[in-house]
Amino acid sequence: METSTSPNVSPLNFAGSPINKSLTAEKKIELLSQMIRVRAFEREALKNYRRPGAMGGFLHLYIGQESVAVGAASLMGANDHMITAYRCHAHALAVGMSMNECMAELFGKATGCSKGKGGSMHFFAPDKNFWGGHGIVAGQTPLGLGLGYGIKYKGLEGAALCFLGDGAVNQGAYHESLNLAALFGIPVVYVIENNGYSMGTSQKRSSAYKDCLAQRADAYDMDWDVVNGEDFYEVRAKLNIAMERARKESKPSIIEINTYRYYGHSVADANADKYRSPEEIARYKNDHDPINLWKQRLLDEDLITEEQAKEFGKAASAEAKESVKFAEDSPAPTIDDITEDVYWETDNNTEASKIGRHFFND
Amino acid sequence: MREIEYRDALNEAFDEELTRDENVVIMGEEVAQYNGAYKVTKGLWEKWGDKRIVDTPISEAGFIGMGIGASMLGVRPVMELMFWSFHSVAFDQLVNNAACCRYMSGGLINVPIVVRGPANGGTNVGATHSHTPEGIFAAFPGLKVCSPATPADAKGLMKSAIRDNDPVYVMENTTLYGIKGHVPDPADGDFTIPLGKADIKREGTDISLIAHGASVLRCLEAAEILQSEHGINAEVLDLRSIRPLDQEAIIATVKKTNRAVLVDESKPFCGVSAQIATLIQEYAFDYLDAPVKRVCTIDAPAIYSPHVESDQLPNAKRIVAQVLTIA
Repeated sequence: METSTSPNVSPLNFAGSPINKSLTAEKKIELLSQMIRVRAFEREALKNYRRPGAMGGFLHLYIGQESVAVGAASLMGANDHMITAYRCHAHALAVGMSMNECMAELFGKATGCSKGKGGSMHFFAPDKNFWGGHGIVAGQTPLGLGLGYGIKYKGLEGAALCFLGDGAVNQGAYHESLNLAALFGIPVVYVIENNGYSMGTSQKRSSAYKDCLAQRADAYDMDWDVVNGEDFYEVRAKLNIAMERARKESKPSIIEINTYRYYGHSVADANADKYRSPEEIARYKNDHDPINLWKQRLLDEDLITEEQAKEFGKAASAEAKESVKFAEDSPAPTIDDITEDVYWETDNNTEASKIGRHFFND
Repeated sequence: MREIEYRDALNEAFDEELTRDENVVIMGEEVAQYNGAYKVTKGLWEKWGDKRIVDTPISEAGFIGMGIGASMLGVRPVMELMFWSFHSVAFDQLVNNAACCRYMSGGLINVPIVVRGPANGGTNVGATHSHTPEGIFAAFPGLKVCSPATPADAKGLMKSAIRDNDPVYVMENTTLYGIKGHVPDPADGDFTIPLGKADIKREGTDISLIAHGASVLRCLEAAEILQSEHGINAEVLDLRSIRPLDQEAIIATVKKTNRAVLVDESKPFCGVSAQIATLIQEYAFDYLDAPVKRVCTIDAPAIYSPHVESDQLPNAKRIVAQVLTIA
């Protein structure tokens, strides 16, 4: 077996899997650049979140987990769909949403992807097969099932990627979804992004399990696998197997991807450095960072130079700063906008919308 | 005109919409092979097969959420809750995902689903199976709610609900499923009743009885008693749709009769009738010759006892008594 010069990649080398062999040098570099962009966006968002008056609400940062969303999005074809929970910025950018529309949404501006009506947890881009951005833990898991149902109903060959955190696996809606997925043969892939903590409660303190969380799939006679999330090749290789199972066999899977978030559950998480030791956080940052490891891979493969990687960082950071400027310069929604986008029929001024009173304001 | 049962009127609505739109799917517990817990979907599975008529496991949050997700890709699920009372186990899907996805996406998404089933008391099944949540769901912007009282309204409203591009929750009634009424023959053309349009079920001059669902029938019974025993000519306005709401019809009948009793199977606190009362005081205050009165379900969880449950709900006796306090 081929071995890598980097000590931190998985013992199995997933570079040789067909889906990774098919990656061109340009695509590999682009994916590095995407991960760097995601992180730069969030760093800039964090900086502005801390600036009084710039943003409201929560900010759930994805920093440390970038290989997962970017790896998954890189596998999506025209009939594949994605949905996730509230830690959604990376998924949004990875499917091709712009920093401008995302940053403007954080700033609550009318130019935001959701016109300032959703905020940090609710980014959407149906035109890019991205269905949110959902705030209630595991509330999106039946929706992801429904996306798979829709794919199957329309007779398309596709997969619905439904992301959830390790804290979501104990919600009833998720288990109902797993049963339905297996029972109906729905082409959905549940991707557990396991960052070890459901807010401040560790996996061991929140979940009963034998070896891992994905293993619960056995109870539903469903395929499952565990992925080392710091290895970008492994993320792609194993997710692709599950997506192909969905596309070709119309069968669901659970893929548990071990990963780590450097920041708290949200920026408002006051105990982010208490329930995890500083040593633990430092270890992940230093030895298991998915961007560093992917960069090292590309260096090892002689596809980029350190200098180029630095340039990506600079460009991403400049793009993120530009998006802040765009957001700041954008108009806020108006009071009149509050009652837009409630009903499709009233928004479209249909005949049906003219019958009866829809809104009950003073 | 032919007479058919309320359940058959609904069945006809499904059959016609299944024919009209290949994306319409009926799903729920026992709707297919069992022919429906109340036979509302009888024969549809045999005719339309597994793809269009789908039996689900007892997983209301799971299958309603699934329907919402599927609707985002253009499927139009019509989902049965065997009892609307079971809304509580699917509440997150019903009020967050169905009602708010459009809004939170800035209008990029719409959720063209129907959730339907019976929502009523009066069958001695105890508190957990007797909820009437029309007011609860009408309180969520993004949702639409209707509650048909007659077979014709059931068919016409159901067809409109299925065609509507927003989530519509149709509250039916187990005590009405077997009641017969006039429903236009399908041969005479496509029959729909728009959401948001009330209907005067009995013309009158002395007092307005405003109701929805089975309470409309109780009002009609009361109106006959009021006429024959008290010489009071009551008008009965059937709201049919709770949201959108036909405010014009409400105000018009109050302006005509100058008195109103609101009859509502909801509980009194913040029930549908509470909303109607505030609209009347705001838009018809000067036309009132008496305070607006209400007859709601007596404010306690639904009692089981067959000896008294019918008195916990609005009935003709309670309506007549309330009318006599102001007429």
